[in-house]
Order: sequence, then structure tokens, then C-alpha cells
Amino acid sequence: MSAATPASQLPGWRSFVGEAFANRSFLAGFVITLAIALMALLSYFWTPYDVTNLVVADRMKTPSADHLLGTDHFGRDILSMIMVGARNSIAVAVVAVGIGMGIGVPLGCWAAARGGWVDEALMRFNDVVFAFPALLSAVMITAIFGPGAINAIIAIGIFNVPVFARVARAGALSLWPREYILAARAAGKGPTLITIEHILPNIASILLVQGTIQFALGILAEASLSYLGLGAQPPMPSWGRMLFDAQTRMVVAPYMAIFPGMAIVITVLGLNLLGDGLRDVLDPRLRRRR
Amino acid sequence: MSLLEIEKLNLSIGGVPILKDVDLAISQGQVMGLVGESGSGKSMTALTVMQLLPNGARANGRVSFDGIDILAAPEAAMNQLRGDDIGMVFQEPMTALNPVKTIGEQVAEGIRWHTGASRRDAEDAARQILDRVGLPEAKFPLSRYPHELSGGQRQRVVIAIACALKPKLLIADEPTTALDVVLQQQILELLRDLVDERKMALLLISHDLAVVTDMSDRVTIMRHGAVMEEGETAPTLSKQAHPYTRQLAQASMHVPDRQRPAPTLPLVARVGPEVGAAIGDDMEGTPPPLLAVEGVVRDYRGRRPSLFAPAQPFRAVNGVSFTIGEGQSVALVGRSGCGKSTLARMILALDRPTVGAIRLDGAEVSALPESALKPHRRKMQVVFQDPYGSFNPRHKVERLVAEPLHLLDDQPDAAERREMVAGALHEVGLAPSDMDKYPHEFSGGQRQRISIARAIITRPRLVVADEPVSALDVSIRAQVLDLFADLNSRLGVAYLFITHDLTVARAITDEVMVMHEGEIVERGPTAEVLDRPQSDAARALVAAAPDLHRALQRKLAEQG
Repeated sequence: MSAATPASQLPGWRSFVGEAFANRSFLAGFVITLAIALMALLSYFWTPYDVTNLVVADRMKTPSADHLLGTDHFGRDILSMIMVGARNSIAVAVVAVGIGMGIGVPLGCWAAARGGWVDEALMRFNDVVFAFPALLSAVMITAIFGPGAINAIIAIGIFNVPVFARVARAGALSLWPREYILAARAAGKGPTLITIEHILPNIASILLVQGTIQFALGILAEASLSYLGLGAQPPMPSWGRMLFDAQTRMVVAPYMAIFPGMAIVITVLGLNLLGDGLRDVLDPRLRRRR
Repeated sequence: MSLLEIEKLNLSIGGVPILKDVDLAISQGQVMGLVGESGSGKSMTALTVMQLLPNGARANGRVSFDGIDILAAPEAAMNQLRGDDIGMVFQEPMTALNPVKTIGEQVAEGIRWHTGASRRDAEDAARQILDRVGLPEAKFPLSRYPHELSGGQRQRVVIAIACALKPKLLIADEPTTALDVVLQQQILELLRDLVDERKMALLLISHDLAVVTDMSDRVTIMRHGAVMEEGETAPTLSKQAHPYTRQLAQASMHVPDRQRPAPTLPLVARVGPEVGAAIGDDMEGTPPPLLAVEGVVRDYRGRRPSLFAPAQPFRAVNGVSFTIGEGQSVALVGRSGCGKSTLARMILALDRPTVGAIRLDGAEVSALPESALKPHRRKMQVVFQDPYGSFNPRHKVERLVAEPLHLLDDQPDAAERREMVAGALHEVGLAPSDMDKYPHEFSGGQRQRISIARAIITRPRLVVADEPVSALDVSIRAQVLDLFADLNSRLGVAYLFITHDLTVARAITDEVMVMHEGEIVERGPTAEVLDRPQSDAARALVAAAPDLHRALQRKLAEQG
């Protein structure tokens, strides 16, 4: 990429950024995602209250000037918990999607490029991984290595691998017979170079969309694992466990469920908008039409 | 009164005017040819009649079919008309059929929907019409799926669907463009017989003047959404009163000026000593041909007839041998599925022969590993058929055209690269500034020029062109053929033109090879083979090829 056209790269990149911010869904998604990320970052330095500080006298306070989003059943400030919990949720989802893409996409591209027994072996292995319910295996992993955020990340990440491998392979397979791939082969380019230059940019949009879906699923999976007590361990707050804690108190303290739930919804929405906008911007054919 | 009358039809889509004051009338039993280049509005005219326009389309004017005002008709009334009184045949038989339904179901569907017939009656009717279009039940039971049929057979199914309810008007939108010439002739004959038999009116949309001349009683010539000329076929096309009609006719019959490259090119100078040694003693002194294909066979693994039976290999190319000399332009013609494209892939070293050898400039490229092919790939490049599919849509022209530069031993730096791309673009008649655009910003003809620029940037000595102009309009086609001829005489590039279109072969090649079922059945000088074909396969191709001169003469005799 970088060596190909250094002369025209810079203006191209600048116009890409310009285009991106002219796209409304990209802009909205970018702002929301940035806000959530900044909030998570801020929580390292400052939160309105200490989340490890239990003040039983203040338990289940409705939202007020003191506690903007109220307090939970131990009297912890919900806003502070959401801020700290964002770290956990984002970290789990980012790393899990990263693991999935980082391993799955090369595997899928390799399978599509080589075909034959490589393809067959990889895809059957994929099927085997798919055959295990993610949650069950997560239980298995945590049984061996003990519960915790890191193990939850690994468990969720492993189950993202076959998803991305399949999506990448399907996309790549449909591209390989294209004439421009034939032309590239006639220009003497090998499978690796063709995959990097021609296949990846053309499947990037479907991978991005899949990525935002998996990201959302990652956040939900983290919530489920926390619900089972297999995710982040107390006192580390997590959105998933906040929801779980709120479940039995829905009637008396609905805000305990509403705010963490909103945090999840807004994050997922922001990511989806971001992915949607990115896809539009990355596709030069769609770009002209707006 | 005419069956279909279109008066002062104006159409705009999303505010962009598409059709301007279009007038058209077809009476019962008449064949109207609608000719024009892409973007001239001929398909949109047909879709207006069917009321199948895209969202955001606004039509005004008057369209009346059999006394019904189509523009004012509600959707329910149109549903009654479509497929019943008006049938439509689409261009692409591959996508016009639903792949998960049997052909019987698809033909019967319309019959049941419009007549309320029982499943059995509808299937009987479907059986009859399929038999009529040449798919007798004994060989093609109703339970066949579209993928089990060839392109021509699928188009017969599409015609069966369109004609099942004896429509008064049949609209055929480029019904044969996706088919080879022999199939084209069969399908056109079928359409003509059906029209005669059932007194249907036929609106035949085509970009091919020869086809329209052959088929139609009257022609309407469109350009940029407006009707240029309308009249009886023979007088209109022979007088060519309108300048655009003349332009179209001339483009259809265009033959580029070719200066035959002198046969005494300084070949010897280019041939290295190692090549001389490879040829052997008996050919001492004569340079090896640029390309030599020797006894090439290619088998594909076929389908297993049953789970335990061994797979039957399918032989796509069977014992083909030929040579192409330096600067020579050779056409490889044959029907679709005859193995021409497989052969082309093997020549380009994208596929390997099962048996046999392919030598480029004396080196046996078919035996070399991919890593050793680089210096040889530089000598041959390729131009594909589809000007839309042959570029990565995400790359700019500069990068697309520069792709084969990868083959050079000394990689040019960015500035040199831009200069070489600019040179190649100039060579094919595009501006150097075009290199910063994306392929979708160009028209089909321009894209094909970009494709040619990409093919010639490494100064190859052989260019394999796989149906390079069959997706282009006639006037664009003429320009691209001129470009090919020009490059041949200026750069001395040898061509292997793969085509089913004999006019292309005649226009631009010195020699023709006719391929049939994997074998080359005839080879000779172009004029010789096309005027006096010897083999059955060649005769069939020549007889089926639409020819404007011949068609016009016959029409003139009929219409006076």
C-alpha cells in the first residue's frame, strides 16, 4: 500500500477524512463511540464517586443532583459504575473482535486462495469450533483457568474466529473468479499479494459490518458471562452484572436497569452507525451517489 | 388502430429526463425493431409500457395498449396485463429464471395466476408451450431446474413463459445478446415463427442493426432518449436519410484500416541464443514462432454419475496445436462452450494443460513454476470482455493500469510509473489526467481503453483478447477495433482474438481458427475461411452470423 503511490496518497487520505465526516451516520457513530471511549478513559483518572466505596445508607437512591443516575443496592453511584464498566465492556469486545479478525480473516483468505484440501480442512475445523456453544466453552475455559475478565475475553475471542473466517472466505471466493483478479494473475502477482491488494479492500466492507455485529455480540456475551459470574469479578463493575443486579429490583429501582441498558444500547448503536458510515465511505461507488 | 400507441412520452427519473417526446406505434402482427446504443432509452420505453419503471420515475404523455391507458392504469390492472396480454423476454437468461424452481413451475405459475387454472391444467399448458419452443417433454421434463439447461435452452424457457398465455404484444429486450451466433439465429427464428403463428406484435429491442433488419417490418431508431427516425425497415436503412441512421449503419459495417505489419519484422534480433538452441537443428536459421501450442489437452473433473461411480472427466480442449507469429493477428472463433476461453487461460499460464506444451518465444511456459513465469508474463497480456468486471472498483486508474509493471525487473519509481501510465493512456486515446479517476467514472468504451492500456504498458508481444468488444455499442466497438488495429501496426503486437462474432474477426485479423468441441477444425486466412468455410462448424457459424448487407438486400426484395 504505502510504497505504491506515495505521491497521490496524501491528498487521497485527506479527502477520505473529509468524505467520512460529511457522512452523517459516520459522524454520529464516530461521536458516540468517541464519547464512550473518552468516558472509559476518564474513569481511570476521575469518577464522581469511588465505585469500591459502599455506602449502605445511600442505597437505591433515585437520580438526583448528588447522584445523577442514582445509586445501586450497595449505595454505589451508578454513573461512576457505568464509566468504569465501559472499560471492561469495550476491552472485552475490542479484544474479542480483534482476536476473531486477526486470526479468522487470514484463515478465511488463505482457504479461499488455496482451495482444495487446505480449504476443506480449515472449514471443517471451523465447523467443529462452531459446534460448541460459546457459553459452554467459556464455562470450560473458566473452569480450567479460573474466572476473570481475561479468560472471558479469550473465550469470546475464540468463538469469533470461525465467524470471520467464514465471512472472509465467502467474500474472497466470490472475488477470485473476477476478471480483475485474472488480470492481476496475468500480471504475475501471487496469491498473497492479490489477497492484500484486491481481495481485502473489497471484502473490508462486509468485514466491517460483521465486525460491528460481533462487537455488539461481544458486549452482550460479556454481559452473559458476568451474569453467570464468569466475567469480570467484583468489585470490578461491569454493565452485564449491573443489569443482573437490577433484575430483581426492577419494580423498586427501574433506573438501576435502565441506565446500564441504555449504555449498552447507545454503544451498540454508535458502533453500528460507525460501521455503516465507514462502509459507505470506503466504497467509491456509493460515495458518488450521495 | 394500432395495438400499442405511444405518443409524446416523456419520462424522467429523479428529475433527470430520460425520454423526450417518444412516439411509437405497433399494430397487430407487426414486428417493430427498436434500435439504439446503450443509454438511448430503448429499455426504458419498454419498461414504461410494462409499467415496471424504477422508483422515482415520472412519465407523461399517452401510452395506450389495446384501448387501455397504461399510464393511468392502476397496479392491479397492470398485473392483469403483464404476462397475459403483454409478455416480456429479457436479455440475460441466466438471471431471468428463478434458480430454485423447476421450469415447469415457472411456466405454469403465470398460467395459473392469470387464468385460475388448476395445477394440472396449467402444467398441461406449460408442457405444450415448452414443446412448442423446442423443449419437448421427453428430453426436458417439467421437473428440470434452470441450472440443468444451457443458455439457449434457458432463453427458450423465458420465451415459453412470455408466450404461454398467447400475449398480443411480446417485448423482447436484447433477447440474444448473451448468446452465441448460432443460438442467436435459432432463438430469432423461434421468435419469428411464434409471431407469425399467433399474430402477435413484437417489439424487438436490439443494438444490432443486422438482427433488427432481419427480423422487423418497421424500425425506430433512438438516441439520447429521443426518436431519430422511424419507418419501414428496408427503405429506412438503405436510404439512411437521417445522419444518425447512417452513422449507426456505418459503424455496424466498420472495418478498420489496417496496415499489415511487414512480415519481415526484425525477429531474429530479438531471439536470444538460448532460444535458438531449444528449437533444434532442423529449424536452424528460422526464428521460433512467438506462440506455439502443441497438442494441448485440458480435462476437468466432471460430475460423478452416482456416489460410487468414478467421476467422468470432461475434456474442454482436445489436442489443439497452432502457432502465432510475431505481429500476427489471429482470431479464434467458435460457439460458447467450445473451449476457447479455457485455451486462452492456458496460453496466459493461468491454467495448465493436462497434456501438451505451450511455448512462448521458445520457452515452455506451461511447464514453468509460477515463480519462473515473471519474465514470460511480461511478453503477454490480456484484455477481457466485460469492461465493468475487469477492474478492481476500489483502485484508481493509475494503479489499475500500472498493475503489470509488477513484472518488470527494475521497479520504476513513482514518477516514472506515472509517466509510463500517462504514456499508455495516451496510446489508447485517453488523457493522462484520467489516471486519478476511478473506473466507475468512465463509460464502457473508455473502460475497455483502460483495459487495453493496462495490457500494453509492459510492451507485450502477444495480447490475448477475450471477446473484447462484444459488450460495447456499435460505434464504440468501431473505435475500439480501430484502436486494436492501430496498436497492431504501430507496436507490432500480435493478437489472439477470441470471439464468436465473425464481423470482429473479419475486421481485424489475418487468420482465423475455428474451434468446435475442444478441437480446432479449420484454420486459414480470414477472408478465405469466412467466405468459403470448409468444415461444418465453420459453415454453421458463417451462416448464422448476422450480416447487415445480406439482411438489407433480402428486406429490400421483400419490401420493395
